[in-house]
Amino acid sequence: MSERRAVVAGHADFAEGVISAVAQIAGRQEVFIPLSNRDLSAKDVERKLRELVSTPNVTTIFTDLPAGSCTMAARRLLRERQDLMLVTGANLASLLEFVFSDALGAADAARYAVERGRSALAAFEGQGDAPRGD
Amino acid sequence: MAIELYRIDDRLIHGQVVVGWGQPLALEFIVLVDDEVAHSDWEQELYRMGVPPEMSVYFEDLTAAGQNLAGYQADDRRGLLLTADITSMAQLCDATGTIRRVNVGGIHHRPGRVQRLRYVFLSPQEEDALRALEARGIEVTAQDVPGARPMALSEILSAEGVR
Repeated sequence: MSERRAVVAGHADFAEGVISAVAQIAGRQEVFIPLSNRDLSAKDVERKLRELVSTPNVTTIFTDLPAGSCTMAARRLLRERQDLMLVTGANLASLLEFVFSDALGAADAARYAVERGRSALAAFEGQGDAPRGD
Repeated sequence: MAIELYRIDDRLIHGQVVVGWGQPLALEFIVLVDDEVAHSDWEQELYRMGVPPEMSVYFEDLTAAGQNLAGYQADDRRGLLLTADITSMAQLCDATGTIRRVNVGGIHHRPGRVQRLRYVFLSPQEEDALRALEARGIEVTAQDVPGARPMALSEILSAEGVR
Protein backbone atom coordinates (compact mmCIF):
# COMPACT_ATOMS: atom_id res chain seq x y z
CA MET A 1 0.00 0.00 0.00
CA SER A 2 1.59 3.29 -1.06
CA GLU A 3 1.24 6.56 0.78
CA ARG A 4 1.33 10.23 0.02
CA ARG A 5 4.93 11.24 -0.65
CA ALA A 6 4.85 14.36 -2.79
CA VAL A 7 2.99 17.53 -3.73
CA VAL A 8 2.46 18.35 -7.39
CA ALA A 9 1.99 22.11 -7.72
CA GLY A 10 1.43 24.19 -10.81
CA HIS A 11 -0.67 26.47 -12.94
CA ALA A 12 -4.41 26.01 -13.47
CA ASP A 13 -5.30 22.27 -13.63
CA PHE A 14 -1.77 21.03 -14.29
CA ALA A 15 -1.52 19.08 -11.04
CA GLU A 16 -4.99 17.52 -11.16
CA GLY A 17 -4.49 16.67 -14.80
CA VAL A 18 -1.11 15.03 -14.58
CA ILE A 19 -2.13 13.12 -11.42
CA SER A 20 -5.19 11.81 -13.25
CA ALA A 21 -2.82 10.54 -15.93
CA VAL A 22 -0.76 8.79 -13.24
CA ALA A 23 -3.98 7.19 -12.02
CA GLN A 24 -4.87 5.93 -15.49
CA ILE A 25 -1.44 4.43 -16.11
CA ALA A 26 -0.33 3.24 -12.71
CA GLY A 27 -3.36 3.44 -10.43
CA ARG A 28 -1.16 5.08 -7.81
CA GLN A 29 -2.51 8.62 -7.70
CA GLU A 30 -2.55 8.61 -3.89
CA VAL A 31 1.21 9.22 -3.93
CA PHE A 32 0.58 12.82 -4.93
CA ILE A 33 -1.30 15.79 -3.45
CA PRO A 34 -2.32 18.39 -6.05
CA LEU A 35 -2.05 22.15 -5.65
CA SER A 36 -3.14 24.82 -8.11
CA ASN A 37 -1.88 28.40 -7.90
CA ARG A 38 -5.00 29.65 -9.65
CA ASP A 39 -6.04 33.09 -8.34
CA LEU A 40 -3.72 32.87 -5.33
CA SER A 41 -1.23 35.47 -4.20
CA ALA A 42 2.39 34.43 -3.77
CA LYS A 43 1.92 34.39 0.00
CA ASP A 44 -1.18 32.19 -0.28
CA VAL A 45 0.63 29.73 -2.54
CA GLU A 46 3.43 29.53 0.01
CA ARG A 47 0.99 29.08 2.89
CA LYS A 48 -0.91 26.27 1.17
CA LEU A 49 2.28 24.56 0.08
CA ARG A 50 3.64 24.76 3.62
CA GLU A 51 0.47 23.09 4.90
CA LEU A 52 0.71 20.29 2.36
CA VAL A 53 4.37 19.50 2.97
CA SER A 54 3.60 19.17 6.66
CA THR A 55 1.73 15.97 5.75
CA PRO A 56 3.64 13.01 7.20
CA ASN A 57 6.12 11.47 4.72
CA VAL A 58 5.66 14.23 2.13
CA THR A 59 9.18 15.41 1.39
CA THR A 60 9.13 16.13 -2.36
CA ILE A 61 7.55 18.94 -4.37
CA PHE A 62 7.06 18.72 -8.12
CA THR A 63 6.33 21.98 -9.97
CA ASP A 64 5.66 22.79 -13.61
CA LEU A 65 7.57 25.95 -14.57
CA PRO A 66 10.91 26.98 -13.05
CA ALA A 67 9.63 30.59 -13.10
CA GLY A 68 6.22 29.84 -11.63
CA SER A 69 4.91 31.05 -8.31
CA CYS A 70 4.72 27.46 -7.02
CA THR A 71 8.42 27.03 -7.69
CA MET A 72 9.18 30.31 -5.96
CA ALA A 73 7.15 29.23 -2.95
CA ALA A 74 8.82 25.82 -2.89
CA ARG A 75 12.27 27.37 -2.95
CA ARG A 76 11.34 29.48 0.06
CA LEU A 77 10.31 26.32 1.92
CA LEU A 78 13.55 24.59 0.95
CA ARG A 79 15.35 27.28 2.86
CA GLU A 80 13.52 26.17 5.99
CA ARG A 81 13.70 22.39 5.65
CA GLN A 82 16.73 20.35 4.69
CA ASP A 83 14.68 17.22 4.12
CA LEU A 84 12.63 18.73 1.25
CA MET A 85 13.36 18.05 -2.42
CA LEU A 86 12.10 20.18 -5.31
CA VAL A 87 11.78 18.99 -8.90
CA THR A 88 10.88 21.66 -11.46
CA GLY A 89 9.62 21.08 -14.99
CA ALA A 90 7.74 17.96 -13.90
CA ASN A 91 6.08 15.82 -16.56
CA LEU A 92 4.16 12.55 -16.59
CA ALA A 93 7.23 10.41 -17.14
CA SER A 94 8.99 11.92 -14.14
CA LEU A 95 5.99 11.37 -11.87
CA LEU A 96 5.60 7.76 -12.95
CA GLU A 97 9.26 7.11 -12.20
CA PHE A 98 8.78 8.66 -8.76
CA VAL A 99 5.74 6.49 -8.05
CA PHE A 100 7.76 3.34 -8.55
CA SER A 101 10.82 4.58 -6.65
CA ASP A 102 9.15 4.21 -3.28
CA ALA A 103 11.93 1.99 -1.96
CA LEU A 104 14.43 4.83 -2.37
CA GLY A 105 15.00 7.90 -0.25
CA ALA A 106 13.44 11.17 -1.36
CA ALA A 107 16.66 12.57 -2.81
CA ASP A 108 17.40 9.54 -4.98
CA ALA A 109 13.77 9.18 -6.03
CA ALA A 110 13.74 12.83 -7.12
CA ARG A 111 16.97 12.45 -9.08
CA TYR A 112 15.69 9.37 -10.90
CA ALA A 113 12.47 11.24 -11.67
CA VAL A 114 14.45 14.09 -13.21
CA GLU A 115 16.47 11.70 -15.37
CA ARG A 116 13.34 9.93 -16.60
CA GLY A 117 11.46 13.15 -17.26
CA ARG A 118 14.34 14.65 -19.18
CA SER A 119 14.86 11.56 -21.32
CA ALA A 120 11.15 11.50 -22.21
CA LEU A 121 11.45 14.84 -24.01
CA ALA A 122 12.32 14.30 -27.65
CA ALA A 123 11.54 15.70 -31.10
CA PHE A 124 10.93 13.44 -34.08
CA GLU A 125 10.78 14.46 -37.74
CA GLY A 126 8.13 13.04 -40.05
CA GLN A 127 9.37 10.60 -42.68
CA GLY A 128 6.51 10.57 -45.21
CA ASP A 129 6.58 12.05 -48.72
CA ALA A 130 4.60 15.22 -47.93
CA PRO A 131 6.82 18.34 -47.79
CA ARG A 132 7.61 19.81 -44.44
CA GLY A 133 5.77 22.99 -43.44
CA ASP A 134 8.96 24.98 -42.80
CA MET B 1 11.97 49.84 -27.50
CA ALA B 2 12.41 50.61 -23.81
CA ILE B 3 9.72 49.69 -21.26
CA GLU B 4 6.83 47.94 -23.00
CA LEU B 5 4.71 47.33 -19.92
CA TYR B 6 4.41 48.81 -16.44
CA ARG B 7 2.75 46.07 -14.41
CA ILE B 8 1.38 45.78 -10.89
CA ASP B 9 1.55 42.14 -9.84
CA ASP B 10 1.93 40.89 -6.28
CA ARG B 11 3.56 37.69 -7.50
CA LEU B 12 6.30 39.77 -9.15
CA ILE B 13 8.27 37.44 -11.44
CA HIS B 14 6.25 34.32 -12.28
CA GLY B 15 4.98 32.33 -15.24
CA GLN B 16 2.56 34.92 -16.64
CA VAL B 17 5.28 37.55 -16.65
CA VAL B 18 8.22 35.53 -17.93
CA VAL B 19 6.39 33.35 -20.45
CA GLY B 20 2.92 34.87 -20.91
CA TRP B 21 4.17 38.41 -21.59
CA GLY B 22 7.85 37.69 -22.08
CA GLN B 23 7.50 35.68 -25.26
CA PRO B 24 5.00 37.77 -27.27
CA LEU B 25 6.68 41.03 -26.27
CA ALA B 26 10.14 39.51 -26.87
CA LEU B 27 11.24 40.92 -23.54
CA GLU B 28 14.95 41.18 -22.93
CA PHE B 29 14.90 42.65 -19.46
CA ILE B 30 12.74 43.06 -16.36
CA VAL B 31 13.03 45.87 -13.83
CA LEU B 32 11.74 44.59 -10.49
CA VAL B 33 10.98 47.52 -8.18
CA ASP B 34 10.61 46.42 -4.58
CA ASP B 35 12.37 47.74 -1.49
CA GLU B 36 12.55 44.37 0.26
CA VAL B 37 13.86 42.45 -2.75
CA ALA B 38 16.31 45.21 -3.66
CA HIS B 39 17.99 44.77 -0.29
CA SER B 40 18.04 40.98 -0.13
CA ASP B 41 20.62 38.97 -2.08
CA TRP B 42 18.68 35.79 -1.43
CA GLU B 43 15.40 37.20 -2.79
CA GLN B 44 17.23 38.46 -5.86
CA GLU B 45 18.79 35.05 -6.48
CA LEU B 46 15.34 33.47 -6.15
CA TYR B 47 13.79 35.72 -8.78
CA ARG B 48 16.83 35.63 -11.07
CA MET B 49 16.61 31.83 -11.22
CA GLY B 50 13.03 32.20 -12.47
CA VAL B 51 13.98 33.85 -15.74
CA PRO B 52 15.71 32.40 -18.78
CA PRO B 53 19.43 33.19 -19.16
CA GLU B 54 18.87 35.48 -22.14
CA MET B 55 16.66 37.80 -20.05
CA SER B 56 18.26 40.32 -17.67
CA VAL B 57 16.73 41.29 -14.34
CA TYR B 58 17.48 44.55 -12.56
CA PHE B 59 16.49 45.07 -8.93
CA GLU B 60 15.72 48.58 -7.75
CA ASP B 61 14.26 50.06 -4.62
CA LEU B 62 11.66 52.77 -5.15
CA THR B 63 14.07 55.66 -4.80
CA ALA B 64 16.63 54.22 -7.19
CA ALA B 65 13.92 53.22 -9.66
CA GLY B 66 12.76 56.83 -9.84
CA GLN B 67 16.32 57.95 -10.49
CA ASN B 68 17.13 55.27 -13.05
CA LEU B 69 13.84 54.98 -14.94
CA ALA B 70 14.88 57.36 -17.72
CA GLY B 71 17.84 55.10 -18.47
CA TYR B 72 15.62 52.03 -18.74
CA GLN B 73 13.18 53.95 -20.93
CA ALA B 74 16.02 54.86 -23.29
CA ASP B 75 17.32 51.29 -23.44
CA ASP B 76 17.50 49.73 -26.93
CA ARG B 77 16.09 46.50 -25.57
CA ARG B 78 12.47 45.68 -24.73
CA GLY B 79 11.68 45.63 -21.05
CA LEU B 80 8.94 45.25 -18.45
CA LEU B 81 8.76 47.04 -15.11
CA LEU B 82 7.12 45.35 -12.12
CA THR B 83 5.87 46.53 -8.77
CA ALA B 84 4.04 44.38 -6.22
CA ASP B 85 1.48 47.01 -5.24
CA ILE B 86 -0.41 50.07 -6.41
CA THR B 87 1.27 52.43 -3.94
CA SER B 88 4.74 51.71 -5.35
CA MET B 89 3.61 52.17 -8.94
CA ALA B 90 1.81 55.41 -8.06
CA GLN B 91 4.93 56.75 -6.34
CA LEU B 92 7.01 55.86 -9.38
CA CYS B 93 4.51 57.62 -11.66
CA ASP B 94 4.64 60.71 -9.45
CA ALA B 95 8.43 60.72 -9.21
CA THR B 96 9.06 60.40 -12.93
CA GLY B 97 6.01 61.81 -14.73
CA THR B 98 6.84 59.67 -17.75
CA ILE B 99 4.60 56.63 -17.28
CA ARG B 100 1.54 56.80 -19.52
CA ARG B 101 -0.04 53.36 -19.05
CA VAL B 102 -0.26 51.00 -16.10
CA ASN B 103 -1.23 47.34 -16.31
CA VAL B 104 -2.99 45.76 -13.33
CA GLY B 105 -1.84 42.16 -13.64
CA GLY B 106 -2.56 40.57 -10.30
CA ILE B 107 -3.62 41.87 -6.88
CA HIS B 108 -4.90 38.99 -4.82
CA HIS B 109 -7.06 38.48 -1.77
CA ARG B 110 -6.19 40.10 1.52
CA PRO B 111 -8.41 41.20 4.42
CA GLY B 112 -10.04 44.54 3.59
CA ARG B 113 -10.02 43.98 -0.15
CA VAL B 114 -13.08 43.32 -2.31
CA GLN B 115 -12.91 41.06 -5.35
CA ARG B 116 -13.37 42.99 -8.58
CA LEU B 117 -12.00 40.53 -11.12
CA ARG B 118 -10.81 36.95 -10.89
CA TYR B 119 -7.29 38.23 -10.29
CA VAL B 120 -7.95 41.70 -8.86
CA PHE B 121 -8.97 42.41 -5.26
CA LEU B 122 -8.95 46.05 -4.11
CA SER B 123 -9.36 47.98 -0.88
CA PRO B 124 -11.19 51.33 -0.98
CA GLN B 125 -7.82 53.09 -0.61
CA GLU B 126 -6.38 51.15 -3.53
CA GLU B 127 -9.40 52.02 -5.67
CA ASP B 128 -8.86 55.68 -4.86
CA ALA B 129 -5.19 55.36 -5.77
CA LEU B 130 -6.09 53.91 -9.18
CA ARG B 131 -8.64 56.68 -9.76
CA ALA B 132 -5.97 59.23 -8.88
CA LEU B 133 -3.62 57.70 -11.44
CA GLU B 134 -6.26 57.98 -14.12
CA ALA B 135 -7.06 61.55 -13.08
CA ARG B 136 -3.42 62.37 -13.81
CA GLY B 137 -3.86 61.14 -17.38
CA ILE B 138 -2.41 57.65 -16.91
CA GLU B 139 -4.35 54.88 -18.60
CA VAL B 140 -5.11 52.09 -16.13
CA THR B 141 -6.24 48.71 -17.44
CA ALA B 142 -6.46 45.22 -16.01
CA GLN B 143 -5.12 42.38 -18.16
CA ASP B 144 -3.51 39.28 -16.68
CA VAL B 145 -2.24 37.78 -19.95
CA PRO B 146 -1.80 39.19 -23.49
CA GLY B 147 -4.68 37.13 -24.89
CA ALA B 148 -7.19 38.61 -22.44
CA ARG B 149 -9.19 41.75 -23.18
CA PRO B 150 -7.81 44.79 -21.39
CA MET B 151 -10.43 46.15 -18.99
CA ALA B 152 -10.69 49.86 -18.33
CA LEU B 153 -10.62 51.16 -14.77
CA SER B 154 -14.34 51.97 -14.86
CA GLU B 155 -15.02 48.35 -15.80
CA ILE B 156 -12.76 47.04 -13.05
CA LEU B 157 -14.40 49.15 -10.37
CA SER B 158 -17.92 48.29 -11.45
CA ALA B 159 -17.19 44.56 -11.64
CA GLU B 160 -18.19 42.35 -8.77
CA GLY B 161 -16.47 39.04 -8.50
CA VAL B 162 -15.28 36.49 -11.00
CA ARG B 163 -14.77 37.70 -14.57
